[in-house]
Amino acid sequence: MTDQPLTQTDAPREAGRADGPDPMRPALFRVVRNRPETHDTFTLTLEPEAGGGTYAFQAGQFNMLYAPGAGEAAISMSGCAGTVTEVVHTIRAVGRVTKTLQRLKRGDALGLRGPFGAPWPVALAEGGDVVLIAGGIGLAPLRPALCHILDHRERFGRVSLLFGARSPRDILFAREIETWRGRFDVDVEVTVDRAGPGWHGLVGVVTTLIPRVQFDPASTAAFVCGPEIMMHFAVRDLERRGVPHPRVWISMERSMKCGVGFCGHCQFGPFFVCKDGPVFRYDRVAALLGTREV
Amino acid sequence: MPESPGAKGARVTLEGGDLDRLFAALRARGYTVMGPVVRDGAIVWDEVSAAGELPAGWSDEQEAGRYRLARAGGPALFDWSVGPASPKGSLHPAGVTLFRARRAGRDLQLLPGDAPPPQLAFVGVRACDLAAIAIQDRVLLGGPIQDPVYRARREGALLVAVQCGRAGHTCFRASMGTGPAVTSGHDLALTEVVEEGRHVFVAEAGSPRGAELLAALPTRPATEAEAAAPAAAAARAAAGMGRTLETEGLPALLAKSLEHPRWDDVAARCLACSNCTMVCPTCFCVTTEDFTDLAAGLARRTRRWDSCFSIDYSYIHGGNVRSSIRARYRQWLTHKLGSWWSQFGTSGCVGCGRCITWCPAAIDITEEAHALRPRRRAKEGSRANA
Amino acid sequence: MQTLEPIIAELPLFKGMKPAHIQLITGCAANVRFEAGEYLGREGQPADKFWVLRQGRVALEIHAPGRGLLTIQTIGEDDVAGWSWLVAPHQLRFDIHAVTATRALMFDGKCLRGKFATDHELGYELMQRFSHVMLRRLEAMSLQLLDLYGDHYGEHD
Repeated sequence: MTDQPLTQTDAPREAGRADGPDPMRPALFRVVRNRPETHDTFTLTLEPEAGGGTYAFQAGQFNMLYAPGAGEAAISMSGCAGTVTEVVHTIRAVGRVTKTLQRLKRGDALGLRGPFGAPWPVALAEGGDVVLIAGGIGLAPLRPALCHILDHRERFGRVSLLFGARSPRDILFAREIETWRGRFDVDVEVTVDRAGPGWHGLVGVVTTLIPRVQFDPASTAAFVCGPEIMMHFAVRDLERRGVPHPRVWISMERSMKCGVGFCGHCQFGPFFVCKDGPVFRYDRVAALLGTREV
Repeated sequence: MPESPGAKGARVTLEGGDLDRLFAALRARGYTVMGPVVRDGAIVWDEVSAAGELPAGWSDEQEAGRYRLARAGGPALFDWSVGPASPKGSLHPAGVTLFRARRAGRDLQLLPGDAPPPQLAFVGVRACDLAAIAIQDRVLLGGPIQDPVYRARREGALLVAVQCGRAGHTCFRASMGTGPAVTSGHDLALTEVVEEGRHVFVAEAGSPRGAELLAALPTRPATEAEAAAPAAAAARAAAGMGRTLETEGLPALLAKSLEHPRWDDVAARCLACSNCTMVCPTCFCVTTEDFTDLAAGLARRTRRWDSCFSIDYSYIHGGNVRSSIRARYRQWLTHKLGSWWSQFGTSGCVGCGRCITWCPAAIDITEEAHALRPRRRAKEGSRANA
Repeated sequence: MQTLEPIIAELPLFKGMKPAHIQLITGCAANVRFEAGEYLGREGQPADKFWVLRQGRVALEIHAPGRGLLTIQTIGEDDVAGWSWLVAPHQLRFDIHAVTATRALMFDGKCLRGKFATDHELGYELMQRFSHVMLRRLEAMSLQLLDLYGDHYGEHD
């Protein structure tokens, strides 16, 4: 049966029958909490509508969140990974869908498809130092990775989080960053691009933090997430410190309509960012990143 | 494989006048029959209930950027090359409602999308389109996740192939590795023979379903001459192909040619109209759209064909990744002939030539691919398009 | 002064330079401390010195009428503050402001400039090294100018 071409299926056909679940049909979830983070970001905590359900994902994966009538947006999970009862997304309200999601209140239902995509290779980073470099909302997809690392702290060497925000009021997870800073086993550096008189922290682009932290370049795994150009310069500064390209992973952003490789939109050279990425080992995409408009 | 009368290999002959019996047999088996018809100055696919609706006596003339129907006269129903439409239009529909959503207070209810599709039979599928269907099978059904829209239409579909007896001028199927002969993927293969006042179809089953169908038709064993008709037709078609595409090493060549000056050249001609992707039988890209009926609290999510030539295709918040036509044409060609291999283990091109015929700027994919090849030395230069 | 030489030889800015040059540079160096809030230099002042920070944080600031004091960049350990001493008209372009208590090595740029006249190699070496510092600083500032996380950067929506 299995080696027969499709056209030889003679079984009475049930019109519209689907052998597997419809990957384009969202599951229903409900808002448990919608908490503002900064002036334009918010964190949605969701649970399966059925109640008591669980949801499993890995750090760095994303969901397609569906706001009825508005559409879908690909959003990375920002909560700790694993098998969870609540799915957490930290979202920047920039478009029609995300602005609709921002207005959702406790108890509101929405659609969710996922998890999709390749995760941060946290297991590969074990035994060495880890440098996480985040720019802007790019901290959200890295948070599950940091969460995993801190939960299994003994498996890793030195751990650094370098975070760059646009301005002091754009600093994501500010309270949690203070908690991380309070730990003696993780080096947290935060910088902003623009600061007014009230800011006493660092000023400068996030890449200026790379020379400031301690890590052993040969054993380091670097996870980078932010605007593409920021990642480009971050990789260069990591290289200057001696971190080889195959030890750097970046999370790419491309237009996505389906999340499963059918819509074609997220193609990046031979890759589908939705299923081959969004996390890529840098050396695999370096040449494409160096070519304009791929 | 069990042998039975009418099984693969046994060629039978069906009188031209009895083709209608095929349509009746298909309808009797619950199929909605799709076939070629003349509409709006082109031969396209549409629902057909009788052989009389087929384009008898019609032919066509095709060149880059040019398509004209021609009145050839005579009884031939399939004496034309592929038109702008392909079975893709039915198997991977241009527009479909994925689902509807009803909001009631804080609750959300998901309702089904389009009504289940009818079971389709296609009569007159050419070898290039069989190959295109095989490619779409890989893209949409070959992975761990399958496209249910395509699957629902594809699974029960019955394919009656027709052997090409002449090639369109823009066709280069012979270059794409499998020649113009109908060899696989079909349930039934027909070769139309028109000679000396005779009009017959030499038929051959390609599957048990095809064999069962054939058994229900008034056929007689093919004569030796008739049995040779499919090969003769394929040879005629192969000889008439107006174009070639050198596929040797093409994916590697494309991967390293992303900065080739030829992209600027083609970008100056390309209108980014997306015609090539709309007529391409393998292009699968879609986008989603959302509609809301506020009064009813009903939202509808649809999907429709999209094209890598449309500016919004690569939109990420704030801008388009491929804003230049150069980048969009490059994406299309390098994907179709190059990265398709690493994604799906096959070329994305079947050599049907539709993209050449229907390009309003007469851009020729074979010529563009060829231009990326390093210039040959003068001695070998005669082989190049020069 | 003798005690500073090995420290200076190990600073990233000078690492790998000839011992004779290190000696010369050491001759123009002194240890300094600044309290938080103190200025190492002010915009418009003659640029006769530069600093290599040993500890603490220093802000490069500019005063924009109507917007007050804007921090362009903060620098820290091993970073260089001040390059205007190297290029005419030898005038500071920014305020150099200690954000925290800061220890630094201060170098007399005027003294070094004087030596360049007779020791072109030293001049070339330092010019190379400061060009590198400037290049990195310029690169970082270009990225800042891009407003990386502005409205154009968000989720796939």
